[in-house]
Amino acid sequence: MKTIITSKGNDLQSVFDPKFGRAGWFCVYDNETRSTHFIENSFKNVNGGAGTKTSEMAAELGAAQVISGDFGPKARTMLEKFKIQMIILEEEGQSVQKIIDKINKD
Amino acid sequence: MRIAIASGKGGTGKTTVAVNLYYQLSKYLENQVQLIDCDVEEPNDLLFIPKAEKSNTNKVYSLVPKIDREKCTFCKKCSEWCEFNAISIVKNLKFAEVNKDLCHSCGACSVACNFDAISEYQNPIGTISEYTTTFGSGVIEGRLEIGSSMQTSLIRALKKQTNNPEMLQLLDAPPGTSCPVVETVSGAAYVILVTEPTPFGEYDLMLTVELLNDLKIPFGVIVNKAGLGNHSVYEFLNKNKIELIGEIPFSKEFAVNYSRGALLDQISEEMEIFYQSTAERLLELTGIRKLNN
Repeated sequence: MKTIITSKGNDLQSVFDPKFGRAGWFCVYDNETRSTHFIENSFKNVNGGAGTKTSEMAAELGAAQVISGDFGPKARTMLEKFKIQMIILEEEGQSVQKIIDKINKD
Repeated sequence: MRIAIASGKGGTGKTTVAVNLYYQLSKYLENQVQLIDCDVEEPNDLLFIPKAEKSNTNKVYSLVPKIDREKCTFCKKCSEWCEFNAISIVKNLKFAEVNKDLCHSCGACSVACNFDAISEYQNPIGTISEYTTTFGSGVIEGRLEIGSSMQTSLIRALKKQTNNPEMLQLLDAPPGTSCPVVETVSGAAYVILVTEPTPFGEYDLMLTVELLNDLKIPFGVIVNKAGLGNHSVYEFLNKNKIELIGEIPFSKEFAVNYSRGALLDQISEEMEIFYQSTAERLLELTGIRKLNN
């Protein structure tokens, strides 16, 4: 199962990005292979439709869940249509690695 | 000819000035004047005009694309052509949808599609209603459909429908400096900017002045609620050599009348004189007076 974690940078030490549509990077974590890879969010600076397009990106990547700080109304609608679970993490300032460690503990 | 009444900040008195000028100019121009309420998100000019009667109303639509998932090959060409990120395509889910709130009705996706999968349907964005009034040639109001974000398209339709170069038209603009305001003031012969002598009024006036300079539209300023705040806005006008058309003193009594919708009920002598001189100044500035004489 693939999980997307929004990230401010492109490595595991990067800080978690609390924005979804306008997040800097997506960390795609596969809990079966325990592999990660980072994809830059090309929609982070668009005028409108960031939430819609990043949700589409999440669906294309085959994610089953997304971990972010918040989801805007357009992103929510789209992610619900794609049946992608939204997980809101309120605690800011953690590294992506720390979040992955938590997923593995559960 | 069109004269727009605009302001960067909301609540400075656009409607007050627009309604009063409509009333005064009706006397000067033998009723050859119309008031067009372009503040389509919250049109309120009619609240202040007694005995206005609706004579006509029509709906305005925008064309929005719809994707036929049977014909769609999920190639994403339409989505790539869309400047507004309104189309989402996910091939592995056979998902193809248009977000009508993001769509600007440009039609590019229909041209892009090689598989005849896109058709367009009419999406209601608002109404245009015409009212006859006991003075002037009537009020025409644009009213946005609840939930629609197509203000600019509706204002464009409103201007197109009311186009009449013979008539003096007063356009009551929405507040701010964004697209709906640009659409309202475009093509105007003159713009009256209404401001108030507060830091907020001054700051938003500065933004609007920049906009009108870019658009190369002549303008003058009315300072409403004069006596409040400070003198900074006057210094700004002086420094930039902007015409001060006049000042409306702050009056609690006036605010009470406004909140009762009784703007034209008891016009004080002071206000009558102010709007008469403003009307005359406008006729002079726009050259209408010379034409008639």
